Amino acid sequence: MKWRYFKQSVFFSLVRASALIITLALGGIIFYIFYNGYSVISWDFITKPPTDSMTKGGIMPAIIGTIYLTLGAIAIGLPLGIASAVYLTEYARQGKVVRAIKIGINCLAGVPSVVFGLFGLGFFVIFLKFGSSILAGSLTLGFLILPTIIGASEEALKSVPQTFREASLSLGVSKWQTTYRIVLPNALPGILTGSILGIGRAAGETAPIMFTAAAFFTSKLPGSVFDEVMALPYHVYVLSTAGTNIEATRPIQFGTVLVLVAVVLGIDLIAIIIRGYMRRNKRW
Amino acid sequence: MNRRIKETVIKHAFFLFALVSVIVLGLIVLSLFREGLPVFKQVSLKDFVFGMEWYPTYDPPSFGIFPLIFGSFIVTLLATVIAVPLGVLAAIYISDITPRPAVRESLKSVIELLAGLPSVVLGFFGMVIVAPWLQETFDLPTGLNIINASVILAIMAIPTISSISEDALYSVPQEFKEASYALGATKFETITKVILPAALSGISTAVMLGMARSIGETMVVLMVAGGAAAIPESIFDSVRPMPASIAAEMGETPYGSSHYHALFAIGVVLFFLTLSFNLIADYVSHKFRQTGSATL
Repeated sequence: MKWRYFKQSVFFSLVRASALIITLALGGIIFYIFYNGYSVISWDFITKPPTDSMTKGGIMPAIIGTIYLTLGAIAIGLPLGIASAVYLTEYARQGKVVRAIKIGINCLAGVPSVVFGLFGLGFFVIFLKFGSSILAGSLTLGFLILPTIIGASEEALKSVPQTFREASLSLGVSKWQTTYRIVLPNALPGILTGSILGIGRAAGETAPIMFTAAAFFTSKLPGSVFDEVMALPYHVYVLSTAGTNIEATRPIQFGTVLVLVAVVLGIDLIAIIIRGYMRRNKRW
Repeated sequence: MNRRIKETVIKHAFFLFALVSVIVLGLIVLSLFREGLPVFKQVSLKDFVFGMEWYPTYDPPSFGIFPLIFGSFIVTLLATVIAVPLGVLAAIYISDITPRPAVRESLKSVIELLAGLPSVVLGFFGMVIVAPWLQETFDLPTGLNIINASVILAIMAIPTISSISEDALYSVPQEFKEASYALGATKFETITKVILPAALSGISTAVMLGMARSIGETMVVLMVAGGAAAIPESIFDSVRPMPASIAAEMGETPYGSSHYHALFAIGVVLFFLTLSFNLIADYVSHKFRQTGSATL
């Protein structure tokens, strides 16, 4: 009898240890980056371009570039994702076609980020002749986050009670008006919080923009969607592996990493907090 | 009548939007093949996949990617070995033995934030922190090696494994647990003999998706795996997994050269490798799904 409970307590300790290790890994990484990076952060670091072949100065063009690319990815991924989810939850009848579309979405979600980069290079940059540009990078990132947004939107649409739709339809309202006026507004907060997690991913990805949008260094800000941009994740990579003096720019690297982590985890944290708030105050 | 036409048009428009994902998937395959196939004018498929020498810039070049495939598999396997116990145990903690809802919600948030960490940040962490530590502790020529890449990849795979396993554990019917407790089983016995077997298909799916994630991950292996295109002799040797090769070399390769086509061909291999992992995961999760409390 004692032996059974001894095994149990050993097992429970292992389980608790795993939870602890995971928490410490996240905490350790964030603490370490913050500890090394915060002294570099200043108003000038965020608002000035790099100088002296990127060994001094700030990271403003990279911040702007990441904002452009992320907004572009949202502009492409969000409408397409919501529309796909509306079809799958509101219009489609379960069957072979829907199953095929769902498998397609799952496969797209599993495509490695570097393969998205190759696709962007082969299709947008070369075949459609967009060149390495904000447009090509945004399209690549937009399609990268599409499955995440579809998944989040589907879940939010499904959580709208069926009675809402029935009440609307029984008043003689058409399917589209029901979807547009009743279902979507009720699902929208869920769609947005779920999608924010995908948006965080778009802001932090490096491999898809390496060949499609990111520039090593640009002296001026982009003037059109056909210009190359600097981007925070790519800037980290370039400075830490191919810079002119890797050790000397370590502080700038930590500063850039800190800004990137703050942006991405900030976005994620907002989504998590809003979602928790919504769950607690659910009206149906 | 007018309204009916409008409704039909809208329905079909939404159908087209839903098809976009499938179309993009098709375009990905098409672009990869269009740019990748020309390399097979220079090298046979067999020599490409099983060739031991990757010297793309030599004259004449040698395009054997076996060391790259081997590198990808070794870091993925090792990362899985590290990530599966941690991820599954954390999922058990969340779904079955966590003390308070607040603790459960915090751990879920931690895992979600871990999933949100950009890969380049984890790569940077591995390069600046883990590598020097490994180098000093084990007195190695370089800390950028298999074990370093595997540990960092494991950190990336844990959220995938943990969150999908947790869903699987959570959906095990309450009756199973109650029946087990009623027979006098301890919590440990219930978890290992009832809950885990019932959730096995979901956990297998989680492991497959975690592996797919690791094998396709780029920035981590690019920054911390060391980049040696050779078969390693120990876990302290450097390797050059496929994604790292593509990312590192594409920038310096002239458009249309055979090296350029070879990198796309690696992309084809990588794409179908991850695709098969995902399809197996999809199959397992649909085929062996726990459908009700009466079936086991």
